[in-house]
Amino acid sequence: MSATSMETPRQTTVAGAAPAAPFDRKPLTKKDLAADQPTWCPGCGDFSVLALYFKLIEKRKLWHERITTVAGIGCSSRFPYFVQGHGVHFIHGRALPFASGVSLARPDLHVFAFGGDGDAFSIGGNHFNHTARKNIKMTYVVMDNWVYGLTKKQTSPTSPIGFKSKTDQWGALDRPINPMKQAISAGATFVARTTHTNPSHVLQMMEAAMDHDGFSFIECLSECVEFYEGAFDASNPRKGGAFNLVPEDHDVTNEMAAYKLADVGFPGHFGVFYKSSQPTKNANEAKVSAKLREKVAGLKDWQILQKNFDLLK
Amino acid sequence: MNEAVEAAPSADSGGKTKKLTEAVIRIAGNSQDGIQAIGGFLARLAGRSEQEVMTFMTIPSTISGGPSIFQVRIGTGEVLSAGDEADVLLAFYQHSYENHIASLKPGGIVLFDSDHVEPKPEFEKNYRHVGVPISSLTVEAIGGTARDKGKNIFTLGLVAKTFHLDVPKLTKLIGERFAGKQESILNNALTAFHAGYGYSLGDLLETFAFAESQKRDGTQVVMNGNEALAFGLITAGVRFGAGYPITPWSDVMEILRRELPKYGGMFIQCEDEIASVSMALGASYAGRVAVTGSSGPGISLKTEAIGWAVMGEIPLIICDIQRGGPSTGLPTNVEQSDLNIAVGGGHGDSPRVVVAASDVEDCFYTAIEAVNIARKYSVPVFILSDQAIATRIEAFAEPKLETLFQDISPDLSPVPTHKPYDLTVADGVTRHVAPGTRIESGKYPIVTGLEHDEMGHPTGSPKLHVQMVAKRRRKLQTLASTIEIPKVYGGDEGKVLLVGWGSTKGPIREAVDRARAAGDSVSSLHIRHINPLPNGLETIFKKFTHVLVVEMNDEGLYGSGQFATILRARYCDPKIRSITKTDGLTFKIREILERAAPYVQGEAANV
Repeated sequence: MSATSMETPRQTTVAGAAPAAPFDRKPLTKKDLAADQPTWCPGCGDFSVLALYFKLIEKRKLWHERITTVAGIGCSSRFPYFVQGHGVHFIHGRALPFASGVSLARPDLHVFAFGGDGDAFSIGGNHFNHTARKNIKMTYVVMDNWVYGLTKKQTSPTSPIGFKSKTDQWGALDRPINPMKQAISAGATFVARTTHTNPSHVLQMMEAAMDHDGFSFIECLSECVEFYEGAFDASNPRKGGAFNLVPEDHDVTNEMAAYKLADVGFPGHFGVFYKSSQPTKNANEAKVSAKLREKVAGLKDWQILQKNFDLLK
Repeated sequence: MNEAVEAAPSADSGGKTKKLTEAVIRIAGNSQDGIQAIGGFLARLAGRSEQEVMTFMTIPSTISGGPSIFQVRIGTGEVLSAGDEADVLLAFYQHSYENHIASLKPGGIVLFDSDHVEPKPEFEKNYRHVGVPISSLTVEAIGGTARDKGKNIFTLGLVAKTFHLDVPKLTKLIGERFAGKQESILNNALTAFHAGYGYSLGDLLETFAFAESQKRDGTQVVMNGNEALAFGLITAGVRFGAGYPITPWSDVMEILRRELPKYGGMFIQCEDEIASVSMALGASYAGRVAVTGSSGPGISLKTEAIGWAVMGEIPLIICDIQRGGPSTGLPTNVEQSDLNIAVGGGHGDSPRVVVAASDVEDCFYTAIEAVNIARKYSVPVFILSDQAIATRIEAFAEPKLETLFQDISPDLSPVPTHKPYDLTVADGVTRHVAPGTRIESGKYPIVTGLEHDEMGHPTGSPKLHVQMVAKRRRKLQTLASTIEIPKVYGGDEGKVLLVGWGSTKGPIREAVDRARAAGDSVSSLHIRHINPLPNGLETIFKKFTHVLVVEMNDEGLYGSGQFATILRARYCDPKIRSITKTDGLTFKIREILERAAPYVQGEAANV
């Protein structure tokens, strides 16, 4: 394969994967990165995530052509339209397998997937589990607002019991998914929680996620001011709530401790819950390939198939 | 058996040796008996002996056990189908004997395992019976119990003797098959083979020999359709795929999973069909035309994402190895009933390309063509194959890999500007620019399933929707204008034109040959470009009184099969009619001829 070959194992540090600029290029600024005016409602938490994504790209000196922004369907999934760079607006719930295809085929790209709680935990729930367990290299930010916003206030998989929506006028009946527990039990190797009301913490989590070699998942509480106003007040000190960081003595490599932390009732803790070093799917596949390629070393591609054909005569 | 030459005395047996131009051998047993292996050896031997060969098999859709058959037709002339009737039936069990004796030609030979089969007087009248205690002789030769492997190879030896097959070539094939296994396994196999070969049938049966075949240029390769398809994709340059196991598609993914890493690529087994098509699309978007595939229900699951590929204009290859449907249907039988979903599956107006492979060799070349169309037109392309082609073995001229191999690595050189959905292009054909490409204007494309403007940004503009729908349609019309009209087989004009697509090609051609030999005015036309159709088919139809579309699906509510319905809609021609069937088996020559007879004989009304 070409210069963008899959045969080169992905470099283990993301910063290292960005090739040196061929000429002197100024780091991108917000002006270079902003595309369409976001269509979100004024006050939506998603603005904050977008602004911090720009900041991340600026701070880490990523180039347009080095990143790919992928999303499914939902309010937050409009994300790629607002980013100047190669972007994909895919179908509902399937952003992760799509992003996985990009990641596996192109080790030179930083793949960022954005979405909402419906995309991640309802229609795309199974993909979440499998992308996590396969440890496919990418960063996935779920803007969790506990409600379906784009379709105007139906119950979401993270809506708390009792939340009154158009599909549960008497209040939601089903126990909500706990995204942290879901991610930990699915085998995600980087699991973090943040909230849109604390921008420096969002950026900190995004940076840590980007630097993680594997599937890095961030749940970012992102308030829907239109259909679930005040949902996260208890986590916002400006609204009289408490923003509690993950305790300093928490061992992020301890899966059981992470699970316990995830079990703390709202507003819970913010920060990295779990982080472990596991081989990525990208690296595993590259290893398989490297091993098989040893056996065909020196052969041109057509000669490799010719060997098969010679056995079929 | 077609006896071409007069009987000649055999050099090495007391009996006579008859020369043959072809023979159909049906092997019937249970799925664990290794009868596919016998068939495989015979097919491969034929391939190495410059003979034509075609096989046909059925396997039960159970995990283990159950009746299974393998039919192999070997000939020195052109072999177009697996044959309607067998010359020789090899029956391992009573049920194999009773269920398959009717597949023999009158006077045909049934060679049965006398340890398990009790011949019936009513059959003995019509067929020649030759009993051999296959099970006990195998045990005698190699030890173990009769249920153990070995009797298939013993039987192969018996067949080799009966048909004067090339023993050095066969033993070489056996050696290759067991290469890398324990030496004792190979030795057992060879012992069983020689025991079978050395068994004397005495005067019970004469022996047969194939006539010298016409010399062919170059060597042949022998493989099944799923292998040919997978190897075609590799030749075309595909290096990424994603799939989920389902019969009969699984072989393709297994082969690609095993082979692609050798080329620096990979094939990913996903959690489900939707993830598979999505992941393949991700890789395609990332610059490598990728493949996904499935059979039956799996294709239904993929349709939403395929609609996205049409909308986003991202190339993709979708292999559909058709089986009987709907729903779980007939997983191990053949049907051509996915044409509608391939052409029109999904919501909205979503034009995509559909090509259908007509035999094993064609699977290889269709794969290459599909990849090239997908890249050139930035469109998803369906490759329709089916259970019959997928599992049958054919020999064909070895493709020249050195010249056919393609490198389709993405070009990531910077471009000054890029509009992913440029409306100023007259033919509608725009190319995808993969991520990683620097766009010097600083304006980057969004690839999307929402209706969009030229840069991929969402729009609710009625005018843009009209223009974009037309763009997506127009590029397929552009493609249609480049497709060559297929050639008519038989005469260019006449009474009946049999139209086929996919795996019915062989039986249809053989039906034409047989009809024309009998003096009937029958021709055929085989169409591999299903959507879009080539332009100008009406000029062919015009020259025939009746156009009969032969396909393995139901005649539908209005009397036309799936392809016939498309042709009727396209040409508004009432003389286009259907010959359909849904028994899960390939067309027999006889069935086609019988169904066409009223039109050939002029009993059916002209329109």
